[in-house]
Amino acid sequence: MNANAQTTHYPAAAVSERVETRTLCVLVDNEPGVLARVIGLFSGRGYNIDSLTVSETEHEKHLSRITIVTSGTAMVLEQIKNQLDRQVPVHRVIDLTTTSPAIQRELAMVKVRGKGDHRMEALRLADAFRARVIDATTESFVFEITGASEKIESFINLMRPVGLIEVSRTGVAAITRGPEGM
Amino acid sequence: MTEMTGAEMVMAALADQGVEHIFGYPGGAVLPIYDALFQQDKVQHVLVRHEQGAVHAAEGYARSTGKVGTVLVTSGPGATNSVTGLTDALCDSIPLVVITGQVPTHLIGNDAFQECDTVGITRPCTKYNYLVKSVADLPRALHEAFHIAASGRPGPVVVDIPKDVQFAKGEYAKPKEFQHKGYRPRVKGDPDKIRQAVEMMAAAKRPVLYTGGGVINSGRAACESLRELARLTGFPVTSTLMGLGAFPAADPQWLGMLGMHGTWEANWSMHDCDLMVSVGARFDDRITGRLDAFSPGSKKIHIDIDPSSINKNVKVDLGVVGDCGHVLDEMTRMWRAGGYKSDKKALEAWWAQIDRWRAKNSLAYRNSNEVIKPQYAIQRLYELTKNHDTYITTEVGQHQMWAAQFYRFQEPNRWMTSGGLGTMGYGLPASVGVQLAHPNSLVVDIAGEASVLMTMQEMSTAVQYDLPIKIFIINNQYMGMVRQWQELLHGGRYAHSYTEALPDFVKLAEAYHAHGIRCEHPGELDEKIREMIEIKKPVLFDCVVDSAENCFPMIPSGRAHNEMLLGDAATRVEDAVTEEGKVMV
Repeated sequence: MNANAQTTHYPAAAVSERVETRTLCVLVDNEPGVLARVIGLFSGRGYNIDSLTVSETEHEKHLSRITIVTSGTAMVLEQIKNQLDRQVPVHRVIDLTTTSPAIQRELAMVKVRGKGDHRMEALRLADAFRARVIDATTESFVFEITGASEKIESFINLMRPVGLIEVSRTGVAAITRGPEGM
Repeated sequence: MTEMTGAEMVMAALADQGVEHIFGYPGGAVLPIYDALFQQDKVQHVLVRHEQGAVHAAEGYARSTGKVGTVLVTSGPGATNSVTGLTDALCDSIPLVVITGQVPTHLIGNDAFQECDTVGITRPCTKYNYLVKSVADLPRALHEAFHIAASGRPGPVVVDIPKDVQFAKGEYAKPKEFQHKGYRPRVKGDPDKIRQAVEMMAAAKRPVLYTGGGVINSGRAACESLRELARLTGFPVTSTLMGLGAFPAADPQWLGMLGMHGTWEANWSMHDCDLMVSVGARFDDRITGRLDAFSPGSKKIHIDIDPSSINKNVKVDLGVVGDCGHVLDEMTRMWRAGGYKSDKKALEAWWAQIDRWRAKNSLAYRNSNEVIKPQYAIQRLYELTKNHDTYITTEVGQHQMWAAQFYRFQEPNRWMTSGGLGTMGYGLPASVGVQLAHPNSLVVDIAGEASVLMTMQEMSTAVQYDLPIKIFIINNQYMGMVRQWQELLHGGRYAHSYTEALPDFVKLAEAYHAHGIRCEHPGELDEKIREMIEIKKPVLFDCVVDSAENCFPMIPSGRAHNEMLLGDAATRVEDAVTEEGKVMV
């Protein structure tokens, strides 16, 4: 029994288990407040949000798709899915990490400032990462890069010594492989 | 299709939903609805004295009838005052539709007078909520609100209606068959899983049925199915605070309530069982105590309509998602059809063990001829009211636990208490709602003097509507449960748990034009309780009790079920738990 348990009437917190990361796809009615409902659920119950993207995907049916990257123990992850699923405007919750092989992509725009060698090095690295130049001045570039989050992460790290100024990222979008839809 | 204003739609929808009573309080942003209410006679309005009281009254109404409770309040403070009631109803799964007025749509977000972000504030404390910005959406929102509140795991739904929408004209038609576009709670349990559950039950040697408020929410038929399943299997039955009455307390298979202040036999059975069948209960922390020591040797089956309740606190071996009424019914049907039999010999040994636990007499207390013991007061109240058509509500604290321990409920929907949220001040307004639904019944709020002062103003409502509620105050001058914890955990430093100035409850009753009774001696208790029952008006009964009494049994902080504390009057027969019993763990 820990010290906390002696002075409160609540059971002690569970011993920590292994934390896993999951990508969840949540199909919701595109109605006012639906995003607040999902985010409120995460903050209210102390769940993690590593990344969240949302956009209307089926206009006629007023359906939006929320992609959430979250982490927690196995029991917490099951809770997150069940808690999302019981929300009135939620149609479906799909765990893209466990139910099927899924592709994940993220887009980032990366602003770099520099002259001379730094500028050349930035261009070379961008080329290696298949990042495109979408804006340029004599002393700066804005690169557009698409890929898995880890790839974007390493690109950004490489840009630091050659004059990284600013990054804007979209968060993760994900879809299953193969011919079947969800 | 009929053309009408938004305000008229509200009244039409309430009438179409069969609403007879609505609890509310008028204000600027809800005046058009009050105007429409004034001009109809299908729905009767009950004017409360505070919006929190309106929501608790609607909860009492809902819990004692099984219907949806309804509330009408204004914007801003009207809505914020209802938040405690909404949270209470969400925690205890009580179906409510709460209609709130809102400032006109063009002023929303402008910090207008009596504006608040009602849907933002109530989102985490409702099952669902609506801000209806167009009169065209209003009929659907209103009817959906009732459907969502009552179906699946019930809960409160808020419909926030701006004043201009209440004035606007639109088309209204009573909907026929109603189906929500996405929301479809699962009612029927998976038959394969139900069969698996039945097989596990037939193989069990030390089983226990652990039932909760879900059985009562599911309805009378679910309670009947539970009783039948218990008879068929011969299994012992215990229940959470919320589930009292689903299984009759007079039945020999009844173990009493479990959990922090549950009986010795109920908690030991939970700890030592080899199969736990949880029905409509949610493994709340007041039930489980220390999680890693919770019923360590058992297989666990969990039947619940809410998938998120399963494996939330305790990992179970078999989860069955579905309405408990349906699942229990299927279980009894399969048990019979499959010719399943309980392990009779094992059950006999199990019951012999349970009887040894029972011999502890864990609810025992030392009575007195000098002062009224709170337990004795509730026992006498039970004996003198059990042959009446009685409904009991409570506030929160020691008196609530003593009521749960000593008032023996035989039927469902007779017991209205704030379980999940633990809202002091719940019982008095709840009793107003219960009495309104059951005008000829005896409705008693077993109260504490601290709790009841939180919503005392609703006495005025009871008097206005001739609701003869009986407020039975167990008055120990302390916030008793707080004092008990301070005694046991904080070195007896009673920080602010003693109320140095209390009103004279008899005079207070008279000020409300109600009836006041004070009782200070055990010898006069019966006579005065009888007087309370006889009087056909609201009564404040000030029952002055021993101020130092503690509530036992008790599972102390962070301990397991088998580490309960007992009061010093409980049987000191240490072999009530034999070595044999310990081996059975």
